[in-house]
Amino acid sequence: MSIKTIAGVEVNVNDEGYMEDASQWTKEIASEIAKEEGVELTDKHFEVIDFVRGKISAGEGLTIRGIGKSGVVNAKEFYALFPGAPLKKVTKISGVPKPTSCI
Amino acid sequence: MKKLLILGAGTAGTMMANKMRKTLSRNEWDITIVDQFKTHYYQPGFLFIPFGIYSKNDVIKPKNDFFPVGVNVIFSEISKIEPKDNRVILGDGVALKYDYLLIATGTRTAPEETDGLLGSLWYKDIFDFYTIDGAVALAEYFKTWKGGKLVVNITELPFKCPVAPLEFVFFADAFFTERGMRDKVDITYVTPLPGAFTKPRATKMLGELLEQKNINIIPDFNIMEVDNDNKKIIDFGGQEIPFDCLVTIPTNLGADFIETSGLGDDMNFVKTDKHTLRQVDHDNIFVIGDAANIPTSKAGSVAHFAAEIVEENLMCAIEGRELTATFDGHANCYIETGYGKGTLIDFNYDTEPLPGSFPFPGLGPFGLLKVTRTNHYGKLLFRWIYWHILLKGKDMPIESEMQMAGKKL
Repeated sequence: MSIKTIAGVEVNVNDEGYMEDASQWTKEIASEIAKEEGVELTDKHFEVIDFVRGKISAGEGLTIRGIGKSGVVNAKEFYALFPGAPLKKVTKISGVPKPTSCI
Repeated sequence: MKKLLILGAGTAGTMMANKMRKTLSRNEWDITIVDQFKTHYYQPGFLFIPFGIYSKNDVIKPKNDFFPVGVNVIFSEISKIEPKDNRVILGDGVALKYDYLLIATGTRTAPEETDGLLGSLWYKDIFDFYTIDGAVALAEYFKTWKGGKLVVNITELPFKCPVAPLEFVFFADAFFTERGMRDKVDITYVTPLPGAFTKPRATKMLGELLEQKNINIIPDFNIMEVDNDNKKIIDFGGQEIPFDCLVTIPTNLGADFIETSGLGDDMNFVKTDKHTLRQVDHDNIFVIGDAANIPTSKAGSVAHFAAEIVEENLMCAIEGRELTATFDGHANCYIETGYGKGTLIDFNYDTEPLPGSFPFPGLGPFGLLKVTRTNHYGKLLFRWIYWHILLKGKDMPIESEMQMAGKKL
């Protein structure tokens, strides 16, 4: 764990740059992390981010399927908004833990 | 009479019917088990069918052979659980009351979830091997296949028996080599995972095996659709992979009635406490096997290890005590690597698969994360153990809780 200054605010992050305290998150922080990930945030991005943060604060798990069925975006749109590894990117930008895949 | 109702008579449900009939007094408890199908499949055997090692007859027996005396058996579809009224509605509308409910309805493949998968090439050049029909159709296809691009694709997580697709490509490498046509078959393993497996050491070991066997791996591929006309699979990021023969591991879903009963997650797996194995919202419902949404492998070994935990906690609940048994997510998987050899992994929620020996520290006879002939015989022997010991709920000489002795950190 280390401290990183993002958008002028000191936040706790882990080795992979995921925020460790979701309450420290702000929209400005999201925009700056997004830039590092090569994503320019739009209103649609923030709708998805709201959904993701809501799910996590309710203690529920995140899956691409779940986001695709959310009514906010479908899976294809989700990939278009956060290209490459959408779940890893959206969680990092939303200031919530990286989802673990377990089999 | 009090009533224990078990939904699903697969590996987990059958084991529990046998265990609970021994444990619960016949004077006080009725036990009923419900399943829609009359045939029990030895599912670990499906993998062997496409390569002609097993035939259909090697993996099927009547379910009725495995139920103990004193258990009511109903062959019927299930349409809904009504947890507030403690009852289950069957397909024909009949209601079954219960005091305690055990859900063991497993998972099913859902190829309809992927666009184009059930298109014109389904069971012509596209097959699954997680169903008896798919495995048998693929066996017929391979008998006359002239070679080309063989693509094995995992659709999404979680899926049953996470090592089976790896075993499939290892078997395919050996099968086509033995037929003298390996140079005509290009094998590609396409997965949504970042590597061959989830956990670091097993991923490294299995990734190296793929490389040695000249099997390509394409990671981080999340399939969006199958293009039947041009014979390729396309992912959400736009990447395209051409195939001549596609072997798919379709999306896995829990039973539909789990969703309509309001007990499931977004893939219809029952929301289950990963340590107590009790349903999270209802104190008189327990869950075992693939039907549970717990973060471990969907595999018979997990159901077997979980069975003791469920038995103990069910008895605690019935007798009004605190639940004392804790499940650690223990899984134990023999992995066929072809040419009469295999490897073995043993792990749980917190400990990744490690090298070492199993089950006896230093002695084995099985080697963890090593490729040996003994591991392969362990897997073949297991079919006999499955039919004669495991399903009947008898004890096996392996601890439910994962052991660290014999493992090297």
